[in-house]
Amino acid sequence: MESLRKYLDKIKPNFEEGGKHPKLKSTFEAFESFLFVPNETTGAKGAHIRDAVDLKRTITMVIIALLPALFFGMWNVGYWHHAMTGEEAGFFSNLFYGLGQVLPIIAVSYISGLFLEFMFAQIRKEQVNEGFLATGLLIPMIVPVDCPLWMVAVATMFAVLIGKEVFGGTGMNIVNPALLARAFLFFAYPGKMSGDKVWVAGYGDADKVVDGFSGATPLGELAHGTAFDALTAGNEQLSVLDMFLGYMPGSIGETSTLCILIGAIFLICTGVASWKIMFSGVLGVLAMGALLNVFGTEAYTQIPFWSHLLLGGFAFGIVFMATDPVTAAQTETGKWIYGFLIGVVAILVRVVNPAFPEGVMLAILLMNVCAPLIDHIVVRQNVNRRLNRAKAAVASK
Amino acid sequence: MSKIIKLKQGLDINLVGEAQRSVGQTVAATEVSLKPADFACLKPHLEVKVGDKVKAGSVLFTDKNRPEVRFCSPVSGEVTEVRRAERRRITDVVVKADGQNDFEKFDTSKASSKDGAKALLLQSGLWPYLRQRPFNIVADPSQDAKAVYISTFDSAPLAADYQFVLKDRLADFQAGIDLLSKIAPVYVGYDAKISGNIFANVKNATITGFEGPHPAGNAGVQINHVCPVNKGEQVIVVNPQDVAIIGRLAKDGIYDAKKTIAVAGSKVKSPAYVSTVANASISGIIAGNYDATDARIIGGNVLTGTKLDDKGYVGFYDNEITIIPEGNYYDFFGWALPGLKKYSFSHTFFSWLSPKRKYDLDTNTHGEKRAYVVTGTFEKLVPMDIYPLQLIKAILAENIELMEELGIYEVAEEDFALCEFADTSKTDIQAIIRKGLDLMVQETM
Repeated sequence: MESLRKYLDKIKPNFEEGGKHPKLKSTFEAFESFLFVPNETTGAKGAHIRDAVDLKRTITMVIIALLPALFFGMWNVGYWHHAMTGEEAGFFSNLFYGLGQVLPIIAVSYISGLFLEFMFAQIRKEQVNEGFLATGLLIPMIVPVDCPLWMVAVATMFAVLIGKEVFGGTGMNIVNPALLARAFLFFAYPGKMSGDKVWVAGYGDADKVVDGFSGATPLGELAHGTAFDALTAGNEQLSVLDMFLGYMPGSIGETSTLCILIGAIFLICTGVASWKIMFSGVLGVLAMGALLNVFGTEAYTQIPFWSHLLLGGFAFGIVFMATDPVTAAQTETGKWIYGFLIGVVAILVRVVNPAFPEGVMLAILLMNVCAPLIDHIVVRQNVNRRLNRAKAAVASK
Repeated sequence: MSKIIKLKQGLDINLVGEAQRSVGQTVAATEVSLKPADFACLKPHLEVKVGDKVKAGSVLFTDKNRPEVRFCSPVSGEVTEVRRAERRRITDVVVKADGQNDFEKFDTSKASSKDGAKALLLQSGLWPYLRQRPFNIVADPSQDAKAVYISTFDSAPLAADYQFVLKDRLADFQAGIDLLSKIAPVYVGYDAKISGNIFANVKNATITGFEGPHPAGNAGVQINHVCPVNKGEQVIVVNPQDVAIIGRLAKDGIYDAKKTIAVAGSKVKSPAYVSTVANASISGIIAGNYDATDARIIGGNVLTGTKLDDKGYVGFYDNEITIIPEGNYYDFFGWALPGLKKYSFSHTFFSWLSPKRKYDLDTNTHGEKRAYVVTGTFEKLVPMDIYPLQLIKAILAENIELMEELGIYEVAEEDFALCEFADTSKTDIQAIIRKGLDLMVQETM
């Protein structure tokens, strides 16, 4: 430790103004503060002691919370690939196959995004914010496994540039950058982002597919008019337990409600993500699902209202995307409204709009945009309370 | 039976080094200094020169904008030095005590009227002990106050305990309330957790009990629940020990600046109380009683205080000196390790599983400044009907109208001290609040 510290202190002047590599100052600082929490002390006036938490710690918690879903996703990629080809495969060969498919996507996402982050930090003469470390892992988890790597790179850079840096960088963005990346892919390259063939690794150009293998997501099948009972009945079919555990094709990290739930509990215990958003989001889904059950006439509207929680990207979206504090509502009351509306809109788009098999992404993006309005309305209540109090005080004089 | 208000938001940070409830020593101050920087927005006008002899209660400087507000020497002696910083800004007016305790005598006979009471406080130099909400500045004597508010407990970590400090001065305290009640109705807040609280039975005041974690003891927080400040109103805030000094003035017509100061913190060898005078030099108070290597000496408490060097002076409104370790070290992978011994309001370190533990915190910032990302933390720390994050952002945007709407008139820096402590982005929130208050002073006064 000591020798590493000494080495850093020795090379540090190279990156200062007038040193050999002043253009790499932000980069050096990012790595230095990664290794060592700096020796900065508090100012002469104000709080002389500070909480041990910082943004690095907070983002680390998010990444830890993502790991169960990520590892399950890797295994699931291998499982469905082998199910398609009909090969016998054990736990580890499934996992390693998935690892081989998913790691390149993660690497591409991190490299392309961090390159821009470091560049912008240097241009602004700021330090690199850690926010992208979460975004860079979220993006691979919400794309289909067969998404070409160059598309991941383009989408990531689009999200960082247009989603974040043009607004002023971390903390200033209006929509969640990871979801923006996905939306970009969805609308720019729909062929690679939807349909029945993108969810299983190697399906698009497979020579040999097991008879009767579909590769469609359960949501895709439901959207095509398959009844829920038909989907879950019989031995070969998908049981409700399978849905909960995540044995179904889908975006890499989104399928296992169980693993996402573990992540959610971790985020709530550490206080990093708002339980209010998650809870009200679930309420929103249940309310909208029940409403459709009562008033809907088509088969899709009649699937059990609770099953919406297990299907598609809702669980992942509400736990990891909707709770992004920068783009969510920032007032506590606002969080209830924001979460609830995400649930409602997600199911509305999912079931009622035939153009989109899944509505979670659009619902969260829409509510990201509406969050400042929700906050405005909530804060106005406080302002009006204060105004009325002042008026009453004047009147009583 | 007085009303009791329970507050939920806030945080008690348990630190080692609490002052024992005993007066360790009596330190006769050899030197005192009045620092204009203790008073926000003050432009001082010097009324003495080096070599002048002064008594306790003789004017040292006045407020340029309100010449009737006088700042007076707490001891008798000789003005030995006027220290200045850049652009000749006065930082210290130093008086060397002669040990004679000669007092200026003030006429208390007219103090039974509002104007008489104000005049007495202004004349004697005790008026600056009266601060006002809004703006947390010395009260404007030309305005009619809506209330005088006294919080009789300080809930900040390692703060002085007024139950102990004032236990023998209750008569002075009551006399102070009686005088202040001439100016405006007096409200007193007391700590309802303490049974047999010595302040629960003061007369001539509306009494409210408060229960809850820090900042329940902040006057601003209590005012928000008892008599909230509206635009154009003024509520005067006085520290309890200063009320006793005012009481002494009312009884005997002198500025007797005797004060009991807590000396606390993990760097202090035997934390206890010291009897001295206001604005005293700290060198005599702490000498030999602390570990000087890498020590941060703070006038006031760890959340709101001012860094002092070992030859500094107790601040005008300070009731404690806190000494904690400096944190100028590198922490290898400090953000990644489990952190069983690291203290955090968030639950991101495992230390939250042992809430009773006492901590020896240092001045390390534990991370660098970042953009605002995390939300929901400040709301758990400010027990007022105010949206802290929104107010901070309005100040940063210098949006005067919005600041007004969001309650800038009701807050002081100290009410946001815990936010500054817990902020993930490591911003200096109290400095931002002060900036907002200064801006409002410029706009409205």
